[in-house]
This record gives sequence, structure tokens and C-alpha cells, in this order.
Amino acid sequence: MTVSRYDLVHASQVDTDQGAAALELEQLRGHVSEQAFTGETMLLNMGPQHPSTHGVLRLLLELDGETIVSCIPDIGFLHTGIEKNMEAKTYEKALVMTDRIDYLNNLGNNLVYCMAIEKLCELDVPERALYIRVIIAELQRLNSHLVWLGTHVLDLGATSVFLYCMREREHILDLFETVSGQRMMGTYIRPGGIWRDFPDGFERELRNFLDYFPSKLDDYERLLSENPIWKDRTQGIGIIPAEDAVRWGITGPSLRASGVNFDIRKAMPYSGYDRFEFEVPTGTKGDVYERYQVRMREMRESLSIIHQALDALPGGPVRSDNRKFVPPPRSELGTSMEAVIHHFKLWTEGFKVPAGEVYVRVESPRGELGVMLVSDGSAKPYRVHFRAPSFVNMQALGAFTKGYMVADLVGIIGSIDIVLGDCDR
Amino acid sequence: MAIANTIREQFPQAVMEIIEFRGDVTVVIDRAALVEVAAFCRDADGLRFNLLSDLCGIDYWPEEPRFAVSYVLYSLPFNHTIRFKVYAPGKDPVMPTITGVYPGANYHEREVWDMFGVKFDGHPDLRRILMPYDWIGHPQRKDYPLGYEEVQFSFNHERIQAQKPQPKE
Repeated sequence: MTVSRYDLVHASQVDTDQGAAALELEQLRGHVSEQAFTGETMLLNMGPQHPSTHGVLRLLLELDGETIVSCIPDIGFLHTGIEKNMEAKTYEKALVMTDRIDYLNNLGNNLVYCMAIEKLCELDVPERALYIRVIIAELQRLNSHLVWLGTHVLDLGATSVFLYCMREREHILDLFETVSGQRMMGTYIRPGGIWRDFPDGFERELRNFLDYFPSKLDDYERLLSENPIWKDRTQGIGIIPAEDAVRWGITGPSLRASGVNFDIRKAMPYSGYDRFEFEVPTGTKGDVYERYQVRMREMRESLSIIHQALDALPGGPVRSDNRKFVPPPRSELGTSMEAVIHHFKLWTEGFKVPAGEVYVRVESPRGELGVMLVSDGSAKPYRVHFRAPSFVNMQALGAFTKGYMVADLVGIIGSIDIVLGDCDR
Repeated sequence: MAIANTIREQFPQAVMEIIEFRGDVTVVIDRAALVEVAAFCRDADGLRFNLLSDLCGIDYWPEEPRFAVSYVLYSLPFNHTIRFKVYAPGKDPVMPTITGVYPGANYHEREVWDMFGVKFDGHPDLRRILMPYDWIGHPQRKDYPLGYEEVQFSFNHERIQAQKPQPKE
């Protein structure tokens, strides 16, 4: 029985013996059952380099034959200290780092961080920018759900769906490239609005995509929903009871599949979500299959929201004209002295944000994405904390995988839809 | 505000301050009474804060009390939210754990321990979570330097080159 010497060192031990080295099996006591010490059960490392862990996640499994007795997730392999680094940058420069947190929901991270700044500064966002933000956020949700579906299904053995999903996702990334200049790290949403208006022809491209995509969703569902192999591998697996899901703080589609109707877009509407009609799909049992169904129905709702937002898209500016926070357009720099001063101040010192602490949340594709922003009145954030949905939902892996087979675990990881970049920040 | 006042009526000793800022209500609570207040908020009729949204640490160094832990609670049945703030002095950064009330606090509290070195008394599994297990120090403390790599120019090229780790033969 070999156990990696990594981790499982308790706080008390680190204090007395900094950098405690080799891991004794003794240190696993309390985490694994007593059978592990007698050799009746096997300890197995899954990951960190394992294709079905969706990133760099290590799971320490205790197995009785093929049955999971206990599962200890080990995260932090993608920790890049983004929260700490943001404290050393001005508000607008730190915005670029938020894209890198959850790499399937880049512009959604921009959105929540900008909303926190706007709440602190009491900065107004023009109507048109609100609608564009909704469109972008929903496209991002489609993008994320497509990657989820592709990888989840690939893990369970259906390669073709993965290729189809990537093909459709490519269209969304092309749309992002058209608006922001980059496929993934767009930094398109800025404090006070968005970076620039939709370019010419973008609306036509978007409508093309909206017309094209629903039939593809039908294709995926025809391939999977009644597929006996898919149903065998997902139904009755990874059940999360509703009450336990709430106690563990699980949010997003994983919570809704358990039958709890909690969607921040409905409960605490932001960015004008209350103006659109959409349903919040929920399940009843909370198994892998229902989490699949909830996400598939969510994609159709997202399409409907984009349609409504695009039809009702108002005209007007796309960024606040408050020059204390938003830089003037390039064209003004040649004629207005004030514009030059504002431009200089904003790109050297940055804007100062009133002291205070706010918590803002949005519904990311994975659940509640929150940001705790603490300002001390200077031009740099004093403390930024991202409440990452993957980080919290990860706890479900340890708590709700007991008693299933190793092969089921692969499906459960996929169905909870974790992004390790989001988890480790 | 009404919720904060309900909590104050129930625990006049424990509630130290009620702050309202940009529509968010924050209740500053004495750390000794935290678990009791959290359990009350979860179970009391009319409050039912059953979801722990967020838990994070803040370091106010060099001010005292140095550390604060912020708890954002949300109520699914009533759709209301409240924030608790609990201070701990820099010399004795220990908090009671609320994993008994909200099991989901487990990872959050491990992260606060990892990043700020605030201990949670009674936590079932207080280990580092994001940093390597043998890391020294707590990176998000304000007195922990960010660190950077010196840029090589021609005048300091040799000195920096000599310090760089080189692959061995």
C-alpha cells in the first residue's frame, strides 16, 4: 500500500514541526476507515494527471474492491494567487486577472467584479450595456455548458458528442472574438459598461447562431437522452438529496437538479434579468442524469434570453460618461484639455473607490459566483475574494460519492461541473 | 435592518455593531457567541438562513483587531441575505468553527487558515487547502510580500545570472 507523501498534514502539526516531511499512514486516521490500516481496503490516487478530473485534481480514494469507501479531494494544483495579485494592481488593471479565474466563464467573472466596483462607486451603467452584458453572460453560459457536455460525455465513452460540442463552441468563441478581439480572455465587460459597442454585422452573426444552434441541441438530446448506455451510467448515480445540498452550500444546476429552485437571476435579479421571461429548470432526484437534463434545458432558456435581449436591445451609449471612472474616448483627447487630464489620471493613478465592503453575486454556469470587495479608499482593492462555485461544489465529491463504483465517480465529477481554475484561483 | 435588529434583540451582548452600506447589512458579532448566533439564524422562524454563501478572511494589518472573517448568509425560503463580521486579534487569531452549523464552511475555513493563519477551533480537518502542505507562512496576510523577479539589464546581468537556479549535470 503506497500513499504519496503529499498533504494531509494538520494545522497543529505544521505549527510544531514546520515542513513536516514524509507522510505516515497514521496521518490518514480519521479520514479513511479502519480497514485501510489493516490492508482490507486499498488506497488509490486518482489524478492529479487524470483525463477525467477536468483539470488538475487529485482524489485520494479508499476502495473496497471497486466500491468507494471514502474520497478525499486534494486541490490547489492550479493556485495562482490571483486574489493576492489583484491587491497590488489598480481596479481596472486587476480586471484582466478575473478572466483567468474561471476559464470557461471569463466574461462572467468580469461581470461580477465590475458589478462590485459599480456598487462601491454607485456608478450607473447605460441601458444598452446592461442588455449586452446579459447577451454575453448567456453566451458564456452556453459556451461553458457545451464544454461540460462534451467532456462529461467523453468521460463516459461517447466521443462523437464531444466533437459536436467543440464544433458549436467554436461559433461562440468566434462571436467573442468579434466583439472583444479575443476568443477567451476578452475583458470585454468594464466598470461602468462594456469596452465598445457590437461591431457591424455582429447582430447578424449572432442571429445566425441562434437559428442554427437549437437543432444541434436536439441532436445531442437524440443521441443521449434515450440512449440505454447513457441512462445506465447516469440514472441513480451520485444522488445529492436537496437538504444536504443546501447544507453543503452547493449552488447552480447541481442544486437545482435536486429540486431546489434557486437561481440568482430570478431570486436577486441583476443587470436587468427581471425584464426577461425564462424558466428555471429543476429536477427531483438529483442524480447525474437529472443534472444532465437541467443543464440541457438551461441551454434552451439561455437561447430564449438572448433572443429577447437582442429583440429589445435599446440604442445609446455603452459605457457610463462619468469621467472620474471611465476614460474619455480617444477622439476627445485632441480637443479637450479636461479629457487629457482624465485620461492621464485614469491610466497612471487609476480611480479611487470609496471605502467600504460589498458582496455581489451572479449566477455563473456553475452556481453562485460572488465577489467580496473591500476598499480602503485608495486606487487599489484592499481585498478581493471570489466565492468560486467550483470550490464549494467540490465538497460534494467527498460527501456524496461513498458507496458508488470507481467508474461512477468519473460521471459524478463530470456532472458537478467543476473548473479547477475557478476552484483554486 | 429588521433582521439585524431581531438578532440584536435576541443577543444584546453579542452584537457589537450594525453597519448598513450600499444596501448591505453587516452585523459585527463577538467571536465567542458566533456559533450560537449562526445556529439561531439558521433555525429561527422568519430568518431561516439555511445557505452559507460565502466565508472569507480579511487582514487589517497593522490595525488591531487585525483579522476579520466575513460570513455571508442567505435564506432560500425568504430570499434575504445578511453578512456577519467577526474580529480576531493578531496575537490570538482563533475563531470558533461553524462547520457544526453549516458543513459547507469546511473548505472555506481551511482556505482562511491557509491564507491568513486564522485557526478555527473545533474544525474537523484543518489542513492547508490551496498552498503546498509544507509551505511556510500565510500568503494573503498583508505583511507577506508579493515577491517579484528582478529584471536583468546589462549592468546587473552577471549578478542575477549567478543567482539563478541552474540545471545540474
